[in-house]
Amino acid sequence: MAQGTLGQEPLAVIDRAGDEVRASLAGRWTAEHAAMIETLAADILAEADRRRVIIDLGRVSRIDTLGAWVLDRTRHELGTKGLSADFVGASPEQRILLNEVAYRGFQEQGGVRHTAFIDFLVDVGQSVAGAGRDFLGGVSFLGELVSAFLRVLVRPHRFRASAVVNQLEHVAYRGVPIIVLISFLVGCIVAQQGIFQLVRFGATAFVIDLIGILVLRELAVLLTSIMVAGRSGSAFTAEIGSMKMREEIDALRVMGLDPIEVLILPRILALVIGLPILTFISSIAALAGGGVTAWIYGDISVDVFLSRLKGAVGLNTFLVGLIKAPFMALVIGIIATIEGLAVEGSAESLGRHVTSSVVKAIFMVIVLDGLFAVFFAAIRY
Amino acid sequence: MLDSHPLRQRDREAVIRVRDLEVGFGERTIIKGLDLDVYRGEILGFVGASGQGKSVLTRTILGLVPKRAGTIEVFGDNLDELSANVRRATERRWGVLFQQGALFSALTVKQNVQVPMREYLTLSDRLLDELALLKIEMVGLKPDAADKLPSELSGGMIKRAALARALALDPEILFLDEPTSGLDPIGAGDFDELIATLQRTLGLTVFMVTHDLDSLYSVCDRIAALGEGKILAAGTIETMLASDHPWVRAYFHGKRARMIAPHEA
Repeated sequence: MAQGTLGQEPLAVIDRAGDEVRASLAGRWTAEHAAMIETLAADILAEADRRRVIIDLGRVSRIDTLGAWVLDRTRHELGTKGLSADFVGASPEQRILLNEVAYRGFQEQGGVRHTAFIDFLVDVGQSVAGAGRDFLGGVSFLGELVSAFLRVLVRPHRFRASAVVNQLEHVAYRGVPIIVLISFLVGCIVAQQGIFQLVRFGATAFVIDLIGILVLRELAVLLTSIMVAGRSGSAFTAEIGSMKMREEIDALRVMGLDPIEVLILPRILALVIGLPILTFISSIAALAGGGVTAWIYGDISVDVFLSRLKGAVGLNTFLVGLIKAPFMALVIGIIATIEGLAVEGSAESLGRHVTSSVVKAIFMVIVLDGLFAVFFAAIRY
Repeated sequence: MLDSHPLRQRDREAVIRVRDLEVGFGERTIIKGLDLDVYRGEILGFVGASGQGKSVLTRTILGLVPKRAGTIEVFGDNLDELSANVRRATERRWGVLFQQGALFSALTVKQNVQVPMREYLTLSDRLLDELALLKIEMVGLKPDAADKLPSELSGGMIKRAALARALALDPEILFLDEPTSGLDPIGAGDFDELIATLQRTLGLTVFMVTHDLDSLYSVCDRIAALGEGKILAAGTIETMLASDHPWVRAYFHGKRARMIAPHEA
């Protein structure tokens, strides 16, 4: 049967004879021609004005699930109009396909009526409830962590020192270059803007006080925490999450190993030890950046800078920044772990939780910084 | 040939005894009122429709999933009443092969096998290496696989490596979760034979969750079918064939099953 390219398009020729309507179909009733198929089916439905409808598939060169589905749906819809519809001329394979496809109306899951405003309120409510649950989860995990730590203290031979050192290398040692770089640059930027503003009051020298206090109290620890959350927080979540996906955490458990002891405690300890060290390094770098800028833009020589700095900051200024560091580390570690353990089977879930881990960690770091600011102000430190 | 093995006829001690187990998540109850015995020295094949709770049951026995009711006894001890130390000792006596292998991706095959060894035993480095290589060879892997990372292994090799790790401490019970899934028929047949051989040599009790009808016929001493939240039928293959339950009949008398079943004389 020679069919030119014209034989590819689905066709339906509708004739009327007596009390029956005959739709003679031809061509390929397959998924590439879906739009055409639906149009033709709608035509058949519209033009069926006699009691019986015959759908003749004799010249259909090929039909697939989509074509069969639409045809059977048409037959069903003709039936609901009170007309009888039959397929004729179908090959045995086509008949099998038409039977398999058997049109059934898929019930819409009873939808609730949506209003955009109510949905918005629902979202807000759910977010708040979710945040509350997250917080409780975090506190509960902190408890598990402390108890695991105490268990290890009591049995020192179970302490995985090599794992801690390994993680420390990744968290702290490998992070030094980038922390130094960004701290130096931020120090420069703050100093520069400070000088530009203070020069109006002829108080350029005070930029040293500004840099000293700002960097040591706030900037160094905040910058470092954000950087560590981005570097190490995301790495932990990704590692733990992909281990969870591959059932490696379950494998640890069934071997009698506690995943918290083996995987998580070393990482958190590395953070708690490494973040203060990085904070210190960051302070030095930022102060150096401030010093260089003061020299370039403010004509303040290095000796003047150093001696004024010594007068402007006290031990408390330095300690305030450093005290915050371990707490930031704990927060970053706990959030990274919880998000990692929450990962489900898909890559999409992994990506989502890694992002969420970094965002939540940075958010909590800043909130914590605010709380510390209130605290230190209250005790006048 | 398998049936006449002396070990299996002798001991009918139940190494795993589950009574009246109930497991569920949220509002869904997946397992209810389930009783199961696994006898020492046998290879038990565990079947059930997908999503009926085979993995859940295995994970509950292993302690990965909490149960709502019922008791689980392993080696005669009720798992709920164990102290942490005894629990750890129990975990040392079983080995688990997860469906995807669950090898630690950052470690080589040899290091993977050594993880349980390092954890529970104090061995010299040389002995650690030798024992690990012994297990690796025992499961049919070539020695050069020992230094490969899991990402460098084929599917069949991953399963064998995971089996080597599960056998690292000479466990008494071996849990296998769909061990032959994803393997070609020859690989699957080899794996079955490997399990049967190891079972004879090491005197293992094997709890095998599987869909593989070939495995059920060739290697399993008993079979248990899980459905509707409990055990529908348990016994030898003859018991399963004689069962009245519609699902069990469909499983064992379906077209595929009939093609695999040994022809009646």
